[in-house]
Amino acid sequence: MNFLRVAWAYFRIGALNELQYRVNFFVQLFESFLALATGLVGLALVFSHTQSLGGWSRPELLAVMGIHILMGGLIKTTIQPNMERLMGDVQQGTLDYTLTKPSDSQVLVSVREVRIWQTVDILMGLIIMVVAVIQIQARIGIGQALAFAAALVMGGLMIYSFWLILTTGAFWVVRMDQIVELFQGVYQAGRWPVGIYPGWLRSGLTFLVPVAFAVTVPAEALTGRLTPQTLLGAAALTTALLLASRWVWFTGLRNYTGASA
Amino acid sequence: MRAMLDFYLTQMKMALVQQFQYRVANYFYMIGMIAEPVIYLVVWSTVANAQGGSVAGYTPGEFAAYYIVWTLVRNMNIVLTPYAWENYIQRGWLSMELLRPVHPLHAQIAYFAGWKFVAIVMWLPIAAILAAVFQPEINTSPWAVAAFVVALWGGFFVRFMMLWLLGMITFWTTRVSAIFELYFTMELLFSGRLVPLALLPPWAQQLAAYMPFKWAFGFPIELLLGKYTQAQALYGLGAQVFWIALGAILVRLFWRTALRRFSAVGA
Repeated sequence: MNFLRVAWAYFRIGALNELQYRVNFFVQLFESFLALATGLVGLALVFSHTQSLGGWSRPELLAVMGIHILMGGLIKTTIQPNMERLMGDVQQGTLDYTLTKPSDSQVLVSVREVRIWQTVDILMGLIIMVVAVIQIQARIGIGQALAFAAALVMGGLMIYSFWLILTTGAFWVVRMDQIVELFQGVYQAGRWPVGIYPGWLRSGLTFLVPVAFAVTVPAEALTGRLTPQTLLGAAALTTALLLASRWVWFTGLRNYTGASA
Repeated sequence: MRAMLDFYLTQMKMALVQQFQYRVANYFYMIGMIAEPVIYLVVWSTVANAQGGSVAGYTPGEFAAYYIVWTLVRNMNIVLTPYAWENYIQRGWLSMELLRPVHPLHAQIAYFAGWKFVAIVMWLPIAAILAAVFQPEINTSPWAVAAFVVALWGGFFVRFMMLWLLGMITFWTTRVSAIFELYFTMELLFSGRLVPLALLPPWAQQLAAYMPFKWAFGFPIELLLGKYTQAQALYGLGAQVFWIALGAILVRLFWRTALRRFSAVGA
């Protein structure tokens, strides 16, 4: 698997690079704790006024929050830094250096950057999820665990494809920096199960920006709400989005003339 | 005095013209900002409906009104961020500004105040769309609207002074992001940005009254929503004046010491 070897090499370089700046780890830890505290306060406030939110109990929503933080960490360690670098490269014309390398260009632009300190969020999300599962006191069978893992991986792949498709837009319009802010705003919606949103917003969060599949569907798997149909639908949409991202990427490349060359 | 007024007007006009050029960028920014209140609004409307129509005196319609006015107040609350200070010192902007015969504070207040007019004009269509979608209910009175206009600007000045003070920490230490983040978290919880303060437990509400955050954010919104008597509204405006004055005194007190720690870069 050549693609895995390339990704691993870049991951090692990126990690070594960041390991030089150790204080950043503590800054990140502190900021993650603040974000967690805010989330917990929000949850406590909601449940000081009600017993359940759209049919979800408090520990179940804690699980949703854990997955939201976990997926957010995943996005910020790998997907977002790569896409930000890609946008910068298109603007400055430095993408040419990457395109001339003898490897699949889509793989290369997707694995170049890694921010290891953001893994704090991944760990924190995992811990919260475990705490939530213990609180729910439900037995989680092998089948459920597998469905959860599958849903999580597919959610991540969908978010990746979505970002790549948007970022490829930079080949035509050059300036796309605003989408980072836009995505982070919309991603916050995933902190709550998408079922509580009005219909138009729910479909937007499901198909336009796949936040529902990234957070709510894995949470459904964990809390025993997932139907096989949803999982199959997620698989179909993941495949479609991956293919679309590849097609859009190569169409974009054909439009790219290189700013420096 | 007349020179000062002239200075302010010119700065404001410059900001207006400059920012009006970047309409699209300004709009993107505003739209990105809308996700946050819409999420809160949906969550709390769901809770209100589950609790038989209202929570702590807020119906879903009133939540809608709260969070729509929220977007305007949020825009008014955008001032020079403490993070910008690092940048200003690094790029030598401050050195340039210090050569002028007026305190840099005035230039920044005037610039942001001018920008606010662009923000208000651009906010109107967004508010109209949000109102059409979420059906707000508002029971206000003419005097409350008038007081709101004053309080809106009062809130801008309160936040401006607080963040200016916070930014001045940059003169003493460069590892500031942890302090800033702590401040912003407190602000999120105690200003009425995350939830209307009426939803907090009573002790937290009392605590919030003694902090500056509420007077810049939650107070103007609740005022417009008709949650206050005239006496309470006057008290609130007084609280704004108090925090602005306190901020001004502290800036005056520490500005000279701060400048002594500043060695010009980039000049």
